[in-house]
Amino acid sequence: MSDPAPEPPSLPPPSRSRAAEWSVTAPSLLWLLALFVAPTLIVFAIAFKPADPLGGIGSGWTLDTLRSLANPNYPVIIWRTIWISAVATVFCLLLAVPAGYCIARTSKKLRQFLLLLVIVPFWTSFLVRIFAWKHILHPEGLIKHTLVALHLSPPETPLLYTPGAVLLVMVYTGLPFAILPIYAGAEKFDFQLVEAALDLGCSRWQAFWRVFLPGISRALLTAFLVTFIPSLGSYVIPDVVGGPGSEMLGNKIAQRVFTDRNLPHGAALAALLTVAVLIPLILAVLSRRASAKGGLAKAEGGALR
Amino acid sequence: MSARHSRSPAIITATVLLFFYLPILVLVLDSFNASRFAGQWGGWSLHWYARLFQEPAIWNALRNTLIVAFSATAASAVLGTAAAFALHRWRSRLQKVHYALVYTPLVIPEILMGMSLLLFFVALHVQLGLVTIFLAHVTFCISYVAMVVLARLQDFDFAVIEAAQDLGANHWITLRRVLLPMLAPGIAAGSLLAFTLSIDDFVITFFVAGKGSTTLPVLVYSMIKHGATPLINALSTILLAVTFVVVSITQRLTEE
Repeated sequence: MSDPAPEPPSLPPPSRSRAAEWSVTAPSLLWLLALFVAPTLIVFAIAFKPADPLGGIGSGWTLDTLRSLANPNYPVIIWRTIWISAVATVFCLLLAVPAGYCIARTSKKLRQFLLLLVIVPFWTSFLVRIFAWKHILHPEGLIKHTLVALHLSPPETPLLYTPGAVLLVMVYTGLPFAILPIYAGAEKFDFQLVEAALDLGCSRWQAFWRVFLPGISRALLTAFLVTFIPSLGSYVIPDVVGGPGSEMLGNKIAQRVFTDRNLPHGAALAALLTVAVLIPLILAVLSRRASAKGGLAKAEGGALR
Repeated sequence: MSARHSRSPAIITATVLLFFYLPILVLVLDSFNASRFAGQWGGWSLHWYARLFQEPAIWNALRNTLIVAFSATAASAVLGTAAAFALHRWRSRLQKVHYALVYTPLVIPEILMGMSLLLFFVALHVQLGLVTIFLAHVTFCISYVAMVVLARLQDFDFAVIEAAQDLGANHWITLRRVLLPMLAPGIAAGSLLAFTLSIDDFVITFFVAGKGSTTLPVLVYSMIKHGATPLINALSTILLAVTFVVVSITQRLTEE
């Protein structure tokens, strides 16, 4: 080729040229820079803009939009967003660990089928699945009828439009995302280690807690991130099955945009949510890096011995 | 040996699967319920489906949904495949940045992507409509296609490309005759995923749609908000049926 770039010896297949790499990378890179990175940065810029009365973005710069975040309603909503997301994530992990373990331990044929059952909800319409819950939690719906018939619930207690309903549906939508990485981790896990621990006198509980869970720690971290982060941005679930007492940050963003038509105020809230999402993401990347280094140091120590 | 293994994981797994499917089954069953009240069974009926097909809004929304889904799938299949190829082929600093850009849209909440794109389009004075929905859908579909194709590339032998070029094939022929046919199942699976994601997307679409370019999920949402008629059950069942067909095709494609 015309410009043979010098190759570092560690590269797996020799690449012909830097130009080839750029030409293959450029389309997706430029698209994402223009329509993902630039819009994210614009959110932060518009948080410093005044609103215009027609529902657009005013000219000039102001700190008033940020000051409006001092609204006394917001701390309550931010706190609720965090605790509902955290509790939903804990429930997802508590159910996903046994389910992922079970699927990884079954015969190959059954495993394919079980995995398919976990993947199908992931593909089906998010809105339809939320509506399905509204349908059965409804005062005229199946669950309410069953509970009243079994005398487990008085007819007047509502199931729908409560924080409990929001939590339930968040676990429902998050669970497939939690099961898949835990299954993948459990599938790679060497179960002879558990057998060895049991042979050496561990109880089943100790073997699970001290051998299996640390063995799938990376999968657990992934499962945590893919359930917790989208939960923080929940909007449709509290909107459809929640009431005024279960509004989350996402609902406030949508209200500013669609009801008040105040885009800068919505942008300030979205900037806040972006920061809230970045914190766990950055912590996870750092801890992964630290554990990779720790693992390397241990391996080196072992080699020295 | 069996005494060593607890039965509780199996019981929890069975409960979880029941939990996954029970609401959907009830919804599908009720779409064939002649009674308009979910609590009582009025016999089997296709009444709600007949009513659904008489709604002109449905046909308009279906048209918009399909226009966006086909165009966004085509564009993201090309961009996502190129991205996966670059990520797999080169291990440079550029690819590290590239990977972070492809991966992040998969984890951030949809509402942030919808909100940021809305602000971006408003700031640039772009008219909201099918074009902005298309641009938004391509943006999140690229990442999914790239991840599916990347998984497929893991067991790809690059010696084949070297061999084709040694035998005199130019870049174009290598791409068309060697690379694309070998990657076809992965690209097809990624495209089908992009297609269903585009058809189903509500949050991002709702933010960037503007007036007059309603898609099916946006229509379903407004039906849910303004009185839950049994029509939504019928529409939901149709959407579910389409998804099941697409998933089973994908499963066939990725089996070998």
